[in-house]
Amino acid sequence: MAEPARAKPKPTPETQHFWDGTKAGELRLQRCDACANVYFPPRPFCPSCASRKVSVFKASGKGKLYSYVINHRPAAPGFTPPYAIAVVELDEGPRMMSNIIDCPQTPEALELDMPLEVAFEALDDKITLPLFRPAKG
Amino acid sequence: MRRNQVAVVGAAETTELGVIPNMSQIQLHADAALNAIADAGLKLSDIDGFATAVETPQQMAHYLGITPTWVDGTSVGGCSFMLHVRHAAAAIEAGLCKTVLITHAESGKSMIGKQPRFTAPDSLNGQFESPFGVYGPPSMFPIPVLRFMKTHGITHEQLAMVAVVQREWAAKNPRATMKDPITVADVLNSRMIAYPFRLLQCCLVTDGGGALILTSADRAKDFPRKPVYILGTGESVETPMVSQMKTFDSSRAFKVAGPLAFKEAGITHKDVDHLMIYDAFAHLPLYGLGDLGFMPYEETGKFIADGNTRPGGKLPLNTNGGGLSYMHSGMYGMYALQESVRQMRGIAPAQVPNAKISVCHGVGGMFAASGTIIFTNEK
Repeated sequence: MAEPARAKPKPTPETQHFWDGTKAGELRLQRCDACANVYFPPRPFCPSCASRKVSVFKASGKGKLYSYVINHRPAAPGFTPPYAIAVVELDEGPRMMSNIIDCPQTPEALELDMPLEVAFEALDDKITLPLFRPAKG
Repeated sequence: MRRNQVAVVGAAETTELGVIPNMSQIQLHADAALNAIADAGLKLSDIDGFATAVETPQQMAHYLGITPTWVDGTSVGGCSFMLHVRHAAAAIEAGLCKTVLITHAESGKSMIGKQPRFTAPDSLNGQFESPFGVYGPPSMFPIPVLRFMKTHGITHEQLAMVAVVQREWAAKNPRATMKDPITVADVLNSRMIAYPFRLLQCCLVTDGGGALILTSADRAKDFPRKPVYILGTGESVETPMVSQMKTFDSSRAFKVAGPLAFKEAGITHKDVDHLMIYDAFAHLPLYGLGDLGFMPYEETGKFIADGNTRPGGKLPLNTNGGGLSYMHSGMYGMYALQESVRQMRGIAPAQVPNAKISVCHGVGGMFAASGTIIFTNEK
């Protein structure tokens, strides 16, 4: 029997560009053409000024560790505890939930505000997750 | 909304609290409702307004055998009942109904007749949070706390003291689930759940319920119990995704709902005799004290650690023991409201002497929603 897998996102018409982006190795955000607000999660209008004129762009993939927990129990399917559930503040402003890879899952190693960079992990041929690792240099 | 136009005239919890393996969730609702109706000296046929959460109003109205002319199924998590009180007060004032019953119950421990929670993979939570290993409230609700601690200089020991102080209150409540005294060391040595929170900083998981009955202040004086008036109310929502809160340094929903209630009540913080802040986890009272404007965030941890909220302290907080020690069936807001009503009636097991104003502040989801009710026993 297969191991229980981690929860897999199912894109909607409004979020498809984001998941197409991660599959292509890009972290895509949206910017309002009217007021320049950069926002996440995806939607085809600006949550700041309500303009429907918005553009998708490739984000830098850089950010910093805003906050996290190290989950011990109960563990989600597909995860081996302890594992950190992090919120990353992107250089462009928005924050997103993710996991921190290539880093011990300990309070000592996970320092708030440490610089991070995006890494992509394919779950299958349709869905690739944006994860983050400590920034190199 | 005008002050003191509506009053709580019936209030009760389920006959038992804790582990109730012989009742389904809807029967727990009914048990609480029948107890509240008896408390108010009413008949079921007197109820013409009905509100509940998670279970639908149609489900519970039919099960109870009532025919309402006003219903509210607002379901925004554990503070739904604060919102029901606010909406019911407005409905009574507007003449939409005369006597409102609000019920909550949850078979949180025994899981009898309780629908499992499910996050759809194409919801925003399902796409942008679930894939990263969130799995139930302990893995989500504490996510903001490390940032809150860093910004405001809050220590692990201060967050442990929240649990220690509330256990002191619980010891005075015969119906509290956990009554044995604990120390900061006990808290910091308890099993790790989701760093930085350990077992004793996470709420209990229990079965139970509660119900409230509201009517106009004019009618309230004819009821058997001392009326508890609605002095001020507030509500708001922010986001169902904890990762998308505007900031982790505070809760926007708290900062909208709390001050709205204070403004409506026309009181200042020094007028508050008794305070309930929904404590699903140990950081919530700190957010509440800061967001409701009792003190700067930097002082909240020290304020609790110094004993100001313990029995005999200057700001009695969570006097039933809270979700950490009294009970927590999943949506604790109803139990916070019950304790505020007991305190205003003067019948609480850990009664605050001469308490005249009680502030009851609730959270829904992971800082997703908030409701604040300010009660008084003086008109």
